[in-house]
Amino acid sequence: MRIECPICGSRDRREFYYQGAAVALDRPAPDAGEAAWDSYVHLRENPAGETRDLWHHEGGCGSWLVVTRDTVTHAVHKVELASDVKGAMS
Amino acid sequence: MLKCATQSLSIKKGSGYVVELKAKTPFEGTLPLTIGQAKLTELDVGHLTSLSPLGDEKAMATALEKAHGMALPKPNRSTGKEGARCIWFGRGEALLMGPAPDASLYKHGAVVDISDAWSVALLEGPAADDVLARLVPADLRDSQFKRGHSIRTQVFHMAASITRLGPEKFMILVFRSMAGTLVHDLKAAMAAVASRG
Ligand SMILES: [Zn+2]
Repeated sequence: MRIECPICGSRDRREFYYQGAAVALDRPAPDAGEAAWDSYVHLRENPAGETRDLWHHEGGCGSWLVVTRDTVTHAVHKVELASDVKGAMS
Repeated sequence: MLKCATQSLSIKKGSGYVVELKAKTPFEGTLPLTIGQAKLTELDVGHLTSLSPLGDEKAMATALEKAHGMALPKPNRSTGKEGARCIWFGRGEALLMGPAPDASLYKHGAVVDISDAWSVALLEGPAADDVLARLVPADLRDSQFKRGHSIRTQVFHMAASITRLGPEKFMILVFRSMAGTLVHDLKAAMAAVASRG
């Protein structure tokens, strides 16, 4: 598996650390309520198909990345800097 | 590495005091090492200064050019030459190698002396490519990784910076605490490559 880091270029999976679902970028407001926080902390989708994860280019430039990939075909469709994704959200 | 702490009159030893502390270089006692067609040596490159521009990196780039005569390197690249070099060192960071940083750099970002935190080695020889191919998950072949190219990657499990200095010459940086491990891992790879004849 290879990931195309927007800064470093195409690199081997060994250089990356997997953090989990990209839902971490969408932190609820402190007063969002129990249901929102329960979902944010504990509940995860388990899709057969497209999924979005946060990966850390630990053995490279040090960027946090949002990787859009397919759990069925293992294809990596898109790799974006987490800072760009987060910036576009606000 | 810099030999900075050479003397201390305040550290107790038995009933007396340590008169002189001799600084050791990161690879003292372990390098140089030659196996087959690969040679590993320690490089004494002078000061190592981390440059992290804050805000507009153009201001830092201009100051670096003016003070040290080299450009701020783009990702995966290095600038300057032997004795005064600047290598890309990760996102938003470059490493000035050689001269003490000019004071004019200070106002454009974080300028941090990390001379004692990293160790610098040179791997050279006809087998250098093959040795690194056993340990590094990035493509370092001449056609992909040319002179002056500089990446952050891993050597086996260690965070590292690798710069190609010439056709059969690589500069490798790892944390100083990992210097022994770097020699251990490279030694094994050098022996394995050499055994294939
Ligand atoms: Zn990267």
